[in-house]
Amino acid sequence: MSTLLTRVRQKQIGQLIDAGKRLDGRTLTDYREFTIEEGLIERAEGSARIRLGKTDVLVGVKIETGEPFPDTPNDGVLTVNAELVPLASASFEPGPPDENSIELARIVDRGIRESKAVSSDKLVIESGKKVFVVFVDVYVLNHDGNLIDASALAAVAALTNAKMPNYEIEDGEVKTKTGYSPLPMKSHPITVTIAKINDKLVVDPQIEEEQVLDARISMAVNDEGNICAIQKGCAGSFTPQQIIEASKIAQEKAAEIRKKLDW
Amino acid sequence: MSEKPEKLIDKKGIRLDGRKADELRPLKIEVGVLPNADGSAYIEHGKNKILVGVFGPREMHPKHLSQSDRMVIRCRYHMAPFSVQERKSPAPSRREVELSKVIRESLEPSVFVDLYPRSGIDVFIEVLQADGGTRCASITAASLAIADAGIPLRDLVVACAAGKIDDTVVLDLYDAEDKLGVADVPVAYMPNLNAVTLLQMDGVLTPKEFENAMNMAIDGCKKIYPIQKEALRAKYMAAREELKEEVEE
Repeated sequence: MSTLLTRVRQKQIGQLIDAGKRLDGRTLTDYREFTIEEGLIERAEGSARIRLGKTDVLVGVKIETGEPFPDTPNDGVLTVNAELVPLASASFEPGPPDENSIELARIVDRGIRESKAVSSDKLVIESGKKVFVVFVDVYVLNHDGNLIDASALAAVAALTNAKMPNYEIEDGEVKTKTGYSPLPMKSHPITVTIAKINDKLVVDPQIEEEQVLDARISMAVNDEGNICAIQKGCAGSFTPQQIIEASKIAQEKAAEIRKKLDW
Repeated sequence: MSEKPEKLIDKKGIRLDGRKADELRPLKIEVGVLPNADGSAYIEHGKNKILVGVFGPREMHPKHLSQSDRMVIRCRYHMAPFSVQERKSPAPSRREVELSKVIRESLEPSVFVDLYPRSGIDVFIEVLQADGGTRCASITAASLAIADAGIPLRDLVVACAAGKIDDTVVLDLYDAEDKLGVADVPVAYMPNLNAVTLLQMDGVLTPKEFENAMNMAIDGCKKIYPIQKEALRAKYMAAREELKEEVEE
């Protein structure tokens, strides 16, 4: 996911971080300002658009009926897909999802799934036969770094704001009735990504920082402040001490964001 | 799979497969098992059976993927259709694409990539039988296969998982524990550099439990490391024996 960055710029980022500063004036542990707009796509059952710095991600939730997986007859189905839309960055190309978009989708999926954010048992219409299928589609509209956190936040916001069609069963057929009820939610996981640059931990990396980072780690934190998913990424490493430090930072930042969003 | 057993670990701390909480499954590792590959390794980790072949350093195909200042590492993690209970389609799944990426990223920090500009290596991982923890066993074997290909490394990368079943943090989960347990934390580690190169987690853990699980996984890595090194040494000791016999004849 890289565009070209000059050596001078790389050096500048490194030197700033050594001094505890960053290109945009943040400290190493500052999160960028963000806004979330909800319900802007009327055709979708749920939607949310986040602007985190200049990163812009739209998430749409569609809810349909379908069959449950054979091994989980009493759970609805949730699938997450991510599109790195070519208009979002010079480095995104049209075509089938590449490893970056698959990884992004699977990180978002894991945070929602492992925190049991959606009460999947309440999505069952008829055990083993018919359930609600929730499609979460992450649409990256502008890439300015930290797509993971932006996508995860927008996905949870879109689910929170999603409505499930009312239904009744008539002669074994599912008929939708007028009106909607909210999608049953149990938890609101918040994912925090921390980069390692020059052996220092940097919260919420923006795009130029992403191009010089050695490694990143993303942690999803649930309502109770427990960790429910982790993904280390990029070709670098962490010491065990750095990971513990990162997990503390992630919990602090998640609590901050939770307060701001009132989740 | 059969019905969920009531307990995955009993009062005495013994797991369903008879292991204690911090006990590894039996391991068998062999290096240099594929005649056509530049480097190769085979690992049996419990019931996991995994074969890794490495080709290169060689010219990149397609050429535009090559980098002027470093070697490119490509990695494919793939499961055989017969490796799991229900036949798996041989087409790469999203899980396999993600695992290929995180495994590659776990190996890259160990390789002196700047010594081989414009070239590439391919790491092909075939899971012949899966029993939980395949990504970790794959990394342990892949690192050996890269070493076997004669590529200079900072350290071997060794991987092991820890997790939580019922209320207990345990080492090296097998399939049933992975599926029915509370959480799984795979870790890849370079023991001589104290560097974690892969870390994932699913399931819910308190911060304290997470720290315990990570440390337990790292301890597991440290236990596998001598077995891994011995496998590499064994290949060259065998070659030496052969040479000796030839000379004597």
